Amino acid sequence: MFTGFFYLLRAHGFRVSLNEWMTLIEGLMLDLQHDSLTGFYELCRAVLVKSEADYDKFDQIFLEYFDGVPYQDELPKELMDWLNNPAAAMEEFRKFLRTQGYEEKSIEEILKMFEERLKEQTEEHNGGSYWIGTNGYSNFGNSGHSPQGIRVGGKSMYRRAFQVAGERRFRDFRKDNVLDIRQFQMAFRLLRQYSEQTQEAKTEFDVDGTVRETCDNAGTLSVCYKRPRKNTVKVLMLMDSGGSMEYYSNLCSMLFQAARQSNHFKELHVYYFHNCIYSSVYTDPRMYREHAVPTDWILQNFGNEYKVILVGDALMDMYELMEKRYDYRTSEAKWSGLDQIKRFREHYDHLIWLNPEEPPRWGGYWGESYGYIARAVDMYPLTVDGLERGMKKLLVNR
Amino acid sequence: MENTFKGSKNYVASPELMNAVNIAMALKKPLLIKGEPGTGKTMLAEAVAEALGKKLIIWSVKSTTKAQDGLYVYDVVQRLYDSQFGTSGVDDIAKYIKLGKLGEAFSADEQVVLLIDEVDKADLEFPNDLLWELDKMEFYIPETKETIKAKHRPIVIITSNAEKELPDAFLRRCIFHYIEFPDQQQMEKIIRVHFDHVDETLLMQAMQAFYYIRSIDSVEKKPSTSELVDWIRALELTGVDTSRITKEIPFIGVLLKKDKDISTVQRRLRR
Repeated sequence: MFTGFFYLLRAHGFRVSLNEWMTLIEGLMLDLQHDSLTGFYELCRAVLVKSEADYDKFDQIFLEYFDGVPYQDELPKELMDWLNNPAAAMEEFRKFLRTQGYEEKSIEEILKMFEERLKEQTEEHNGGSYWIGTNGYSNFGNSGHSPQGIRVGGKSMYRRAFQVAGERRFRDFRKDNVLDIRQFQMAFRLLRQYSEQTQEAKTEFDVDGTVRETCDNAGTLSVCYKRPRKNTVKVLMLMDSGGSMEYYSNLCSMLFQAARQSNHFKELHVYYFHNCIYSSVYTDPRMYREHAVPTDWILQNFGNEYKVILVGDALMDMYELMEKRYDYRTSEAKWSGLDQIKRFREHYDHLIWLNPEEPPRWGGYWGESYGYIARAVDMYPLTVDGLERGMKKLLVNR
Repeated sequence: MENTFKGSKNYVASPELMNAVNIAMALKKPLLIKGEPGTGKTMLAEAVAEALGKKLIIWSVKSTTKAQDGLYVYDVVQRLYDSQFGTSGVDDIAKYIKLGKLGEAFSADEQVVLLIDEVDKADLEFPNDLLWELDKMEFYIPETKETIKAKHRPIVIITSNAEKELPDAFLRRCIFHYIEFPDQQQMEKIIRVHFDHVDETLLMQAMQAFYYIRSIDSVEKKPSTSELVDWIRALELTGVDTSRITKEIPFIGVLLKKDKDISTVQRRLRR
């Protein structure tokens, strides 16, 4: 039949299983598509697609495979006959339209009529073939059946499935769209490792244990306690602030709030830097001198068990990345920005870089630093997909 | 097809949604519903039950819910308690087996609608633990050596807020539908279902203000259908001058729940 569609979906990364495909065939045998292309489209989507994030991709593949299939949706038989006989087509179409009470009109004429009709019309009309309204055969209005004409407001009810797919209304749900705060939080929730191996006291009542012990004890109550299950993940977040990041300040503040609000981390520490990490990072995004914390102190005090998230656009002048920076504390220029990043990389097993900026095209002036940093650390775009991939990366060791 | 859902008088369903419900019923698969909060995911099950004249059983999932809770609970403590006081019938274990919501739906004498609400709240393992039960519509109770098998396959509707990813094995067995946020025309129909008589100007003005707020990008928590209904009710009860609605948006706290969102909108109105 259209097994090609199955393979096309799979080729585009849809994990459609054979079971789901059989379900679709079963649905077709039960005539759930109601002999219409729109029905067929809806059936396919309901059975094969399991996330609104995939709706858009599905629409595109559906278009690719089924575009050009003769249209048979909600059309009178006369029109079908006409479609099958292209030679006499125009003449018959005119005849058909005439029998339906239409005159031949060009598009300009229809537009002109619409204007006039609008002036004449004084009340609401639904049904019928003259006034602007709903459900009728008039050329104007919505939810109508007229083969040609203008839709006024509302939703195209009897539309071709291709148009539905063509509208691509689910574009906003694509996973690679940049996200809102709730989605951030959802992504952060992936970052958890529950454990009872914490150092806490046994404070949680152990129901199953108590029941078991009590029964063993011939019914005399014997109460058990256990250690509570706690998330053991500790997070160290370093964010680029100011300069070229100004543009993303809203996005970054959402990321920050989401991290703060998802209070399931055992620890969360946030520091700021400008462009790249140098000898100091800051406790405040304004980055005054009094907010400064030596980078060495961070490395000494936050052990290897911390999961590190760096946030920045990684776009800077090459000298900002490569030149060794003078440190007033030690009075020497020991590390460049890139060196500092590499020190972090060596110190922490779990480290990712989140980037709100699209990867620059090859050869761009600002793109050079991006390339260097991307080669040094794992970089993920600051989108639902990117954040989720990043969180998964942080959970597994290297 | 024995059952066809055509919407109900208290629930406005889009043709696509109705189609999805009918597809799920015909294929005898659970229907998984996702959508923005306030788009009537939970109400759908009520509407289906009402339209088909069937009993509705709701299983609200919490973060601590285990799959076992929906099947049955063996009250071993009560049994021990009874035995200590010499209550008769202690040797009848079946007395201490209490069916959960799923068990209730299976053992019902008529076909029922089973709503598993907010399935994503529970642990990741939860949906997978129910695969067999939802597929075969039966489960085994080892304590009584009894198999509970559905007399009539229930119509299963599952809602999810997309808080967690659901496992693939579970998704493969479901029919999926995403409820879109209603457009203005659809919303008008929904509002009219909730109100018998509503002042036309008030309705139009309120809708305009509502979609204006939703169109502002910096509003974080966008108001939904249920908030609009509450708001229109508030406007109606207090008899606010309709000309003020779009200009001032009175009772904005009904629509927006965050201080930041309220000040964003008010700043824009003052401009």
